[in-house]
Amino acid sequence: MKTYLTFLWRCFRMSFNGDWRYHTWMFVLTAIALLGLNAYCRQLVHGLVMTGMTDQVSWGMYIANFTFLVGMAAAAVMLVIPVYVYRNRDLHDLVIFGELLAVAAIIMCLLFVLVDLGRPDRFMHIFWRFNFPISMLSWDVIVLNGYLLLNLHICGYLIYCAYRRVPPSQYFYVPFVFIAIAWAISIHTVTAFLYVGLGGRPFWNTAIIAPRFLASAFAAGPALIILTLQIIRRFAGVHVADRSLLLLRNIVTVALTINMFLLVCELFTEFYTDSAHVASTVYLYFGLHGYAALVPWIWTAVALNTAALVILYLPLTRSLQSLNAACLLMIVGIWIEKGMGLIVPAFIPSPLGEIVEYSPTANETLICLGIWAFGLLLYTIMVRITVPVLSGQLTINADSGGSPARAPHLEEV
Amino acid sequence: MKNPDSTPAAGGPQITRRSVLRGALNTAGGLAAFAAAVSPLRDLDRDELTLERFLQKHYKEMTPDEKDRALQRIAAEVERRYAARPELRDLPAMDGVEFAYALNLGRCIGCRRCVHACVAENNQSRDPEVQYIRVLELPRGSVDVERADHYYDRPAVPDPDHFYMPVQCHQCANPPCVKVCPVEATWQEPDGVTVIDYDWCIGCRYCEAACPYFARRFNFAEPSVPREKLNTDMTYLSNRPRRKGVMEKCHFCLQRTRAGRMPACLEVCPVGARNFGNLLDPDSQVAQILKTKHVLVLKQEANTLPRFFYYFDEDFPRNRGSAPARGSEAHRKGLSLTVLNPQAAQSLPGRGRGGPA
Repeated sequence: MKTYLTFLWRCFRMSFNGDWRYHTWMFVLTAIALLGLNAYCRQLVHGLVMTGMTDQVSWGMYIANFTFLVGMAAAAVMLVIPVYVYRNRDLHDLVIFGELLAVAAIIMCLLFVLVDLGRPDRFMHIFWRFNFPISMLSWDVIVLNGYLLLNLHICGYLIYCAYRRVPPSQYFYVPFVFIAIAWAISIHTVTAFLYVGLGGRPFWNTAIIAPRFLASAFAAGPALIILTLQIIRRFAGVHVADRSLLLLRNIVTVALTINMFLLVCELFTEFYTDSAHVASTVYLYFGLHGYAALVPWIWTAVALNTAALVILYLPLTRSLQSLNAACLLMIVGIWIEKGMGLIVPAFIPSPLGEIVEYSPTANETLICLGIWAFGLLLYTIMVRITVPVLSGQLTINADSGGSPARAPHLEEV
Repeated sequence: MKNPDSTPAAGGPQITRRSVLRGALNTAGGLAAFAAAVSPLRDLDRDELTLERFLQKHYKEMTPDEKDRALQRIAAEVERRYAARPELRDLPAMDGVEFAYALNLGRCIGCRRCVHACVAENNQSRDPEVQYIRVLELPRGSVDVERADHYYDRPAVPDPDHFYMPVQCHQCANPPCVKVCPVEATWQEPDGVTVIDYDWCIGCRYCEAACPYFARRFNFAEPSVPREKLNTDMTYLSNRPRRKGVMEKCHFCLQRTRAGRMPACLEVCPVGARNFGNLLDPDSQVAQILKTKHVLVLKQEANTLPRFFYYFDEDFPRNRGSAPARGSEAHRKGLSLTVLNPQAAQSLPGRGRGGPA
């Protein structure tokens, strides 16, 4: 126990250590996170009237970001599967960075749900009367927190073993890795079902949403991991083989292709049928009765995703630089597609045919930015700790964190 | 993130006066920034943050004693805020009663008196405005809500080329809103009315997304009702004042209807377009209307089995034929007492007793 507390203390110390770039980065993130906290406090005092949401469009940026980040968290599995199912050696040492990303993403998801609640002080009501298994939101609470615990356990266990310089016992983590694979699929499926199950919202009430969620998540998620791994390679001195990145590139290419294909299927069904169902889709892509706030956004998303797809397929653009560009394009594209493109249009027109448009307020945007900054902050700290531990610089014997050396306590667990 | 100080442990960074001072300054700066960030919380309404409130149970879980205490606490709170002692009580559902509403589209003139009577009766917020009833102005010959005008503003109603369709909570027998609530803060009562425990709702607005009738309203800001306008006749599950961050909606005026009176929207209607009563009483007006008129429900395809019916009265031949009679028969079959509400049907011995007819 004492060893563990020492470990935590050293991790804490370690998170304050770094060069000026690290400090600047952390300072900026902390500042944005605090601005977000400030905005949230204002929202607590005045209510959700501080957001752009209305009775007509009752979910907005919070739920949009939540949905996107669930996908990011689920995408860690795209690193895990090659390693644990197909025994890919290149990616083996990198899996943990994907899992840590999942941890950070899930924490951001939970924060986005929390800020969306009108009465966050009552969140513990889910413990007293939990509408399980009827409410899909209760499923989401379970799968998201379960996924967080699974990944915390896997990462925490591996890092702590490395710190104690003992080989990790397979029994303590491999079963959890395989559970986490299925669980990752479940978090995004359940989140899709949250929307799909609502008969009063024809835009969501289609079976293709869940597959599209997964496809877009497995494109944008590994894309983010590709970028992250290169940043880690550059600034944290971790060895990342180009081969690993190219494998991820293949995954991204396939997933993005499937995503675009499913999009075409959906658009065909909507527009060719041309029934009353199509109103929200028309609003999204072309505008309805003169209201067209989302039109520029969705076409930007389509353009970005198409450009990313072209870059990925052209033999001319096989370099890492163009891969980075493609990743960036599709992350932004899919973020728009899932946020502005999936959440908001389902509310427009309203079930009684009313068109009320939505745009986030400054306060709402600050809260979103704050949560993103906080998530990045967490992820940076986790990487900051993991790198020296895994490379053997921070272990139970050696100390690089600045605290005085302590005698090893190997007998303790 | 190169590791400049990854020196062996023994070396460790020197603890000097300077480093301690810098650490202290950084910590102080961090804490000050944090304090500044959370400073808006000073304006937080602490009324809501008492331990009593925090520990209050779900309506269905409270013992009679606990319910009494909760009612007293809420009444005291209302008195403090509105300077008027409310008649706050808990009115349970009556045996053998299943409420239903039937609205005559041929008669409705779109005057919106029901909207405002409802606001006054049910203590809805005046600023921002919260209204349970939406009156749609539709071109004749269509019930396509996408062609409706919600904000029609005419010097005189009704307009001869339009008809008017008020929409409020349909008190569905298969309510999507109840299904999705993660904390069971909303449920269907034995008399068929879907209610909300305003002290249990967490404000996730999932029910609002699920409702196909745009019947639910969220308190985005702190509701405000002028003191002199407060209706002091209130019950726990119906019209007691709400606070910000929770859902509310039409509950068929339970504070009236469970005491044998008619809903406020019905009483105020100048043309008698609104009918309300006990579905399980074959002699009640609604039961008669369902039996004899061509009734229809909104969005039948959603299979929500509403207890709110529309019909076109035969006295108004200009609208004849525009009401799709097809399908209403089928739904009326679905209305057989056992299907709609087995619970209420079981208590049939008390049928009609005490309920408004």
